[in-house]
Amino acid sequence: MGASAGDKTLRNRALTIGSLIVFAAFLWWAEEGVDAYKVRIINLIAINAILGLSLNLIYGMAGMFSLGHAGFMAIGAYVSAILILSPDQKLAMWILDPIAPWLLDVQSPFLVSLIAAGAIAAVFGCIVSIPVLRLGGDYLGIATLGFSEIIRILITNFTPITNGPLGLKGIPPHASLLMSYGVLAVLLFCMVRLMNSNFGNVLRAVRDDEIAAKVMGIDTFKIRVLAFTLGCFGGGVGGALMGNLITTIDPKMFMITQTYSLLMIVVIGGLGSITGSVIGAVLVTTMLEWLRFVEDPITIGSLYIPGIPGMRMVIFSMLLIAVIIFRREGIMGMREFSWGWLLRDNARVNANDAK
Amino acid sequence: MTRNDLALELRSVTLQFGGLIAVNEVNMAVPKGSIVGLIGPNGAGKTSAFNIITGFYKPTSGSVEFCGSDGAARPITGMPPHEVCRAGIARTFQNIRLFSNETAIENVMIGAYVRQKGRWWMNMFPFVFRGAAREEIEIRDNAMRLLERLGLDNYADSMASSLPYGAQRRLEIARALATNPSFLLLDEPAAGMNPQESAELLSFIRALRDDFSLTILLIEHDMKVVMNVCEYIWVLDRGKLIAEGVADAIKSNKNVIEAYLGTGEARGDA
Repeated sequence: MGASAGDKTLRNRALTIGSLIVFAAFLWWAEEGVDAYKVRIINLIAINAILGLSLNLIYGMAGMFSLGHAGFMAIGAYVSAILILSPDQKLAMWILDPIAPWLLDVQSPFLVSLIAAGAIAAVFGCIVSIPVLRLGGDYLGIATLGFSEIIRILITNFTPITNGPLGLKGIPPHASLLMSYGVLAVLLFCMVRLMNSNFGNVLRAVRDDEIAAKVMGIDTFKIRVLAFTLGCFGGGVGGALMGNLITTIDPKMFMITQTYSLLMIVVIGGLGSITGSVIGAVLVTTMLEWLRFVEDPITIGSLYIPGIPGMRMVIFSMLLIAVIIFRREGIMGMREFSWGWLLRDNARVNANDAK
Repeated sequence: MTRNDLALELRSVTLQFGGLIAVNEVNMAVPKGSIVGLIGPNGAGKTSAFNIITGFYKPTSGSVEFCGSDGAARPITGMPPHEVCRAGIARTFQNIRLFSNETAIENVMIGAYVRQKGRWWMNMFPFVFRGAAREEIEIRDNAMRLLERLGLDNYADSMASSLPYGAQRRLEIARALATNPSFLLLDEPAAGMNPQESAELLSFIRALRDDFSLTILLIEHDMKVVMNVCEYIWVLDRGKLIAEGVADAIKSNKNVIEAYLGTGEARGDA
């Protein structure tokens, strides 16, 4: 093709900005123009994408099999909710035990609570990861799963802080479409910058060959703790947004099934691909909703099948198995979206322009 | 030779795995700027010695002292591998260990990370930390120059795993050089090469030493390579140093011949 590299960069940048504007306009319209159910699904896609990306950073990019993401989501959701709720709401809600006095008057704007949610989840992630990351492979998965359950049980029992099994209600719905997608955009930008820098190379190196990475002067343990901590930050932010979308949270929301659906997003999209996680989030979120029809009672001729709750999860498991058998690397593999790839430039595929 | 001329010194280094003594009271003194060899039959403890130097094994007893480009000798016994690399020792592996999901140039860039000043988070704010962004570009340019120097520039954007065997060996050396070492350990650089390729390797190793002012210690089974390029040779057998000296002395050393070919009586028994 005739265009020079500089022209292409310019073109790609224009395309990126153009599509961002179109997408933002769509969101602005969708907030009012689409029914509330669809708005919620569109919103959930963004939040699942945030959570999927953060899990992908841990599992896909840094190669640490973690089953603890729901726990860090829970931390984020609770931190954010406690910071946003007004003192009056708190007084009314804590009925099992009175709320811890130092928490009562703490209140902050939504964005501050969002960052605090990520930060506190990251601190927990860092503390957990230092002992746990000495394990590898499946053992790491089991240990993180254990920690996630410990966090959930602590939340259930620390009633003065968390209101225990009753959960928190009446969280102001701050997670509007523009808010969720704004956070997603910031996260995407950071991820793409990070993974395209030399640090991204190093992260992949630690995943692919730890011994060789050590010989290259890389403190592999430090890098893995860092990646885990960053992933937990994303998990905390995603959990906080989730709480603000649903407006009520309780410990049961953050069971292992929550981690599984994130894992599904990451695996279907492609381990180690930023684009993949976004595509995975779109697919898994919409499919889980769309597949609800299989749980309704069905009449085929004279045959009547009563609705079976949970049937969509069975079908979803089968889809996941099919993906694992026929396309192990997921939809994107380790590749990334780029305009050049879309417009068939034969240019090297890179993540520069991912969404 | 005074102590200050040494790049690396092993003093009665012993490594024991339970009842097995992999390295037994080994003493080595490698002069700065030299190309030296460590040879011995299979299982003699050569790679174990490499792993001690690079920090993967902590010797049971004895010490390793390294003098980097700053001229100060310091003990590196039991230092973790990444700090050994930071001190200025780089190595390659007997079985090539490239980062297979990365391109050739990315492999070299990873080597440069140990000297990178910019922190990981700076790249998320490209308009604030312009210095970090410039450094990233410099690292890529330097990596490209290294690839050119080693004749790998055509492969820059190919996946490391897709390179031909010889190119993978060279890429491993390029990656090691990117860490800016003063001491290079080559573990069987001629393995799997045909006679012509190993002949080229000889001049290549010498050129490396001169261009990058390195001290090179290599393990090699190809005696032609060892005898031609090494200024001094140590011979290990079952963990013990059985001979050391210049190539001609090693060639005619009785112990060495016995270690490689067995003794006359043993052959008579067979």
